[in-house]
Amino acid sequence: MSETVAVIGFAQAANRPSAGTTSGVETLVPVFREALASARLDRREVDFWCSGSSDYLAGRAFSFVNAVDAIGAFPPICESHVEMDGAWAFYEAYVKILAGEAETALVYGFGKSSAGLLRRVLALQLDPYTAAPLWPDSVSVAALQARLALDAGIVTERAMAEVAARSRADATTNPYAQVSGHADPGDLLAAPYVADPLRKHDCAPVSDGAAALVLAGGERARRHRERPAWITGVAHRIDPPGLGERDLTAVPSASAAAEAAGLPDDLDVAELHAPFTHQELLLRAALGLDDRVRINPSGGALCGNPMFSAGLARIGMAAEQVMSGRARTAAGHATSGPALQQNLICVLEAES
Amino acid sequence: MRRAAVLGTGQTHHRTRRTDVSMAGLCREAIDRALADAGVDWPDVDAVVLGKAPDLFEGVMMPELFLADALGASGRPLLRVHTAGSVGGATAIVATSLVRAGVHRRVLAVAFEKQSESNAMWALSIQPPFTAPIGAGAGGYFAPHIRSYIRRSHAPGHIGALVAVKDRRNGALNPYAHLRQPDITLESVQASPMLWDPIRYDETCPSSDGACAVVIGDQEAAEASERPVAWIRATAMRTEPTFFAGKDHVNPRAGAEASQALWRSAGITDPFEQVDVAEIYVPFSWFEPMWLENLGFAEAGHGWKLTESGETRIGGRLPINPSGGVLCSNPIGASGMLRFAEAAMQVMGRAGDHQVDGARTALGHAYGGGSQFFSMWVVSDTAPASA
Repeated sequence: MSETVAVIGFAQAANRPSAGTTSGVETLVPVFREALASARLDRREVDFWCSGSSDYLAGRAFSFVNAVDAIGAFPPICESHVEMDGAWAFYEAYVKILAGEAETALVYGFGKSSAGLLRRVLALQLDPYTAAPLWPDSVSVAALQARLALDAGIVTERAMAEVAARSRADATTNPYAQVSGHADPGDLLAAPYVADPLRKHDCAPVSDGAAALVLAGGERARRHRERPAWITGVAHRIDPPGLGERDLTAVPSASAAAEAAGLPDDLDVAELHAPFTHQELLLRAALGLDDRVRINPSGGALCGNPMFSAGLARIGMAAEQVMSGRARTAAGHATSGPALQQNLICVLEAES
Repeated sequence: MRRAAVLGTGQTHHRTRRTDVSMAGLCREAIDRALADAGVDWPDVDAVVLGKAPDLFEGVMMPELFLADALGASGRPLLRVHTAGSVGGATAIVATSLVRAGVHRRVLAVAFEKQSESNAMWALSIQPPFTAPIGAGAGGYFAPHIRSYIRRSHAPGHIGALVAVKDRRNGALNPYAHLRQPDITLESVQASPMLWDPIRYDETCPSSDGACAVVIGDQEAAEASERPVAWIRATAMRTEPTFFAGKDHVNPRAGAEASQALWRSAGITDPFEQVDVAEIYVPFSWFEPMWLENLGFAEAGHGWKLTESGETRIGGRLPINPSGGVLCSNPIGASGMLRFAEAAMQVMGRAGDHQVDGARTALGHAYGGGSQFFSMWVVSDTAPASA
């Protein structure tokens, strides 16, 4: 049994408004190749494969089934799938290694948001009896949350614009980002509302993409990577679904996950999965991250938000910070569901 | 590896339409029975794992999000598994791993399908671009594989009907079964309409609303239980692609390798002799002899002889699907977990009128997709020797 598990490889597809292919398989093949190469692992050495994706995003049942073709799953493989962001597939694979049922794992997430009207598709995540029939789209639901946070004095539109400006500037060094550039927060505030109080810069772009991450336990990780990113804690929680049942300006599931994962005080970097600017501010408060913590050096989901892999990519990019030596401690965060309902935190460190 | 055990199981009354309950109510019916059966209350539940098949079956994207409260998951970790028809089994296996990894003490695994909310046939038939159309539903998809089995094994034509008679009569002993037909006969099955040659109407699974739940605990929780538990001796999952040159749809390698890994891990050298009862995923009658071979209970080409001899009936040497199986109840996402739960019920001695006398070791089996996703477990009334 491995008491320690580490990230030893990561790769992602460029975040784009359209992947230019109808097939998740075409997107995944080069991503698998790169992730395995970075982990110096052969495809046949992977003990367990686990993926995250959504049938509703693809507009068809069993959309994950064809993705298996990208693996070349013959002879047969040990494999599983979550109908969630790949970050939760990462959790399942982590547990498999922890349980001693596998020594290595490849986790992937993929999705083509461009196949439908994303904000309308996501409305179908709401209660089908009371809320979904009103078609509150995902941007409008986020706008309700932002309005509550503004009225409570927790965030300001200026602070939100500053998050967007910082994210876009950071994304200029991220070749996978869909949105990047230098913008003045004052100029951003001159733009019209998309869904009051959210402007275009407050909302993540609609992205196609995929990501893959390689895990290994204990000694195996050391054999494949000089400086693995050791997972010192990972936990996730979910909040009640009703938008009127919880304080939308707090994120109790994120706070509880951070405590369970042992989020350290001396964190160097955090990659937060915040598809809206105000959500980054709410998450920083919920996680107790002060100004010393570098937030989203990748530019974050605001600069590329491929559904069902963006959370996994946050963990992957946090791990890259550790594996490259740029950080000693890093955290990756993933969210799922309307208005930050479900949250996962993974803490990574250079030493086990 | 740490030990894990099933502390309790619960399931709904399965019907074509459970319009008396919402999705939340359906899940809760199974969960409440499982918690009561396990003698476990909510404060003892550390995490929830939900499994179901395609979201298009109910028309809700990731329904676990809106069901979080009903599943007792708010404030807790909640995972959502989807591995096609094998998902009910895969969900129980994910919950087992959480316990075996030492992450949790007690995990609630739930699986459901409320097929009446939408149109399952429609959901299964959406044509993705640039993919060869099948347009035949599950029966049309699997019928050629059954014909191939008959050709390869020289099985007589009535074997499928024998399975249907056995399973439907078994279902009559199960108060939760959707189809309960104590008076069904070989003649009546053979007189039912031909749907997809050689599959007749009475040889197909129904479309059901239903849910199943199991509580899985660690060794301490199992030993603290006042009632017998089902120790999980081994689990296995295997996947292969839907189509490729050399794919054997009759005897898929993924299923064979999963069962070989399962028996090895459970320390079982002769499954036919050492397993007392099996709940296997038989959505069309002929899959009983096919899976008997794939699972290693019979040599290739000989599975039908076990069925024909009557040894797979309750009272036979290897009773298969004493609950009535998928042929009697098929809430797709829950069907795999029902197999896993029924196996546990047998070794816990809590299977009621369909209890197999002296059942100490049982198999739960599920498969999905184009005979490509397999999940299975072996449970016993005694703890496995090696921890």
